[in-house]
Amino acid sequence: MPDSKKPSFFTRVRWFFQGRTSTGERGMGFGSQILSQLFLLLMAVIVLYPILWVVSMSFDPRDISRPTELRLNPFQGGLSLKAYQDVINQPTANPVSLGQLMFNSFRLATLTGIASIIVGVFASYAFSRLRFAGRQALMIAVLTVLMLPSIATLPALFVLLNKVQIDIGNSVFNLRNSLIGVGLAVLSGSLPFAIWNMKGYLDTIPKELEEAALIDGCTPNEAFFRVTLPLSTPVLAVTFFLGFMSTWTEFATSWLFLTNPKDFTLMMALYNMVGQYSNSTPWSHFAAMSILIALPVTIVYLFVQRYFVGGLAIGGVKG
Amino acid sequence: MTTLAQSSTASKKEAHKKSIWKTLNPYFYLLPAFLIMGVITYYPMLYQVWMSFTDYGVKNLRFNAPLPNYVGLANYINILTNQLGLSYYDFWRMLGFNLFWTFSNVIIHVTLGIFIAVILNRQGLWFKGFYRALYILPIVIPQIIVANIFRNMFDPDYGAINQGLAALGKFFFGLSPDLFHIHWIDQVNYPVSWLPLTLSYYALLITNVWLGWPFMTIVASGALQSIPKDLYEAARIDGASESQQFWRITLPLLRPAMVPASVYGIVMTFNLFSLIYFLSGGGPLRQTEILITTAYRLINEQRLYGVAAAFCVYIFFILLALTLITNAITRATESYDA
Repeated sequence: MPDSKKPSFFTRVRWFFQGRTSTGERGMGFGSQILSQLFLLLMAVIVLYPILWVVSMSFDPRDISRPTELRLNPFQGGLSLKAYQDVINQPTANPVSLGQLMFNSFRLATLTGIASIIVGVFASYAFSRLRFAGRQALMIAVLTVLMLPSIATLPALFVLLNKVQIDIGNSVFNLRNSLIGVGLAVLSGSLPFAIWNMKGYLDTIPKELEEAALIDGCTPNEAFFRVTLPLSTPVLAVTFFLGFMSTWTEFATSWLFLTNPKDFTLMMALYNMVGQYSNSTPWSHFAAMSILIALPVTIVYLFVQRYFVGGLAIGGVKG
Repeated sequence: MTTLAQSSTASKKEAHKKSIWKTLNPYFYLLPAFLIMGVITYYPMLYQVWMSFTDYGVKNLRFNAPLPNYVGLANYINILTNQLGLSYYDFWRMLGFNLFWTFSNVIIHVTLGIFIAVILNRQGLWFKGFYRALYILPIVIPQIIVANIFRNMFDPDYGAINQGLAALGKFFFGLSPDLFHIHWIDQVNYPVSWLPLTLSYYALLITNVWLGWPFMTIVASGALQSIPKDLYEAARIDGASESQQFWRITLPLLRPAMVPASVYGIVMTFNLFSLIYFLSGGGPLRQTEILITTAYRLINEQRLYGVAAAFCVYIFFILLALTLITNAITRATESYDA
């Protein structure tokens, strides 16, 4: 092993092929290196296969209804943006543009996300720091909802929200058949998740910081607003994003509640483009639509995932 | 004297007032959340229990409609005795399938996840960063979009799976591409005759394995990096083989991280609505339907709100049992001494 000197380029190339680490320590043998590489490459191909297929389908210049041959290279035979143009103008047979659908999903996801963190952070602070009678019982009440998938409360939510009908001139506003109603139903499941997720993070903020603030003359409430709340910004952002992402692709509630095409969300439109409804939809349109829905949240997720995958938010997203 | 006593009772009163505020303070923090959840979460849950004892249907939805009739336990009994008027509906088969679906998935996810994490953790492996970056993709793409994409990929005529298999078959064995028109989603008979699972189950399994293993790899990688290297060195000096090191050191020390991840995986997979609803639609002949997709069909297609409410009460208790059992297993393994 060379002393403290940086190994030369050739030494490092030699180590690379000998399977040593960058400091020259003993690594794996050549045979097991090749075997591992083959296996990992196979997994990489499996991971990439659907992605390449969808991406190249969305750029397919042939303008055909169904992919009659396998095309995995998006550049093969030239790129065409026609599918994206068509989808942006009008994704489904309903007279709604993609912009309108995105605006609906965006409003729904942003408002429910913000509401769940603003309302939830106070409760999560109480559960994390304060001692009071009934703490255990109330925590179990939150966990019970967390355990239940959101579809399991839909029968009652549908019936109850449907009871709110207001006459406005010549039409009737039905809370169930509106984005507000869908938002309330989504919030009923995402609020307990937000409380639990933020409580987990608040538990890790040292108590001593607040105690120091109390000694310096803060009231307990000031200690929360001036010390703990600013420190919990990361978890507020992460909780907002997790809520945003699951609502951005929300399907079950909006599909059940909404009947007016103007209120439709992105996933409702995508559902109209696959399966039993898809006969008239070219698959290139479906592919372009999937990418347009997935890309914004996927890019953000890629940048923030290391903060919480496997750690902060093992609770994940409530389905 | 009197003034002193007065002031002391006044300050006592003040202190008493303060301590009341101090006791009440936590409840002010809880108030906003529980006020909202009381209206949109807990009240609907209780209302749903009441609904489950009635024949709530479309006729009761109209404004000022009459209250539904009380039917006692009829909904609950009809669900268990398969008298819902749904074709091919069998509660007990579905419950069994739901459990089998859950555990078959999680076992494969965990095994594959640990296997790949161990390979990625080996000293001197080439392109480590490249693989790590690539394998994150199934986690960050929205699951429901993946379900839709695989729905098209499993298409018998134009799907990427059959086309890919045809290309492989032609390249390696010179087989005709016409052989590969496998009806993944709607073939009714069982591919393995002694296993009552349709081909659509395997299609769902393939998709969910694609989706699920990277999460387990990330959890396992994190745990692997915290295992001290000296343990392996000591084992090597004592003459332990690679496989002995894996079974005696790696696996026991991975356990504290993998058990909670598996519990989370079990609950998620048990309720995996989006994948099954979009990919197989529960078909063919309800063979891949799980509890939660059936509940959704009862509301969305059958519009039997009372029956659906009873069904969701069953789901609640089944999940409660599942959670308690898995928690008991977690706690039992916590005291495990490696």
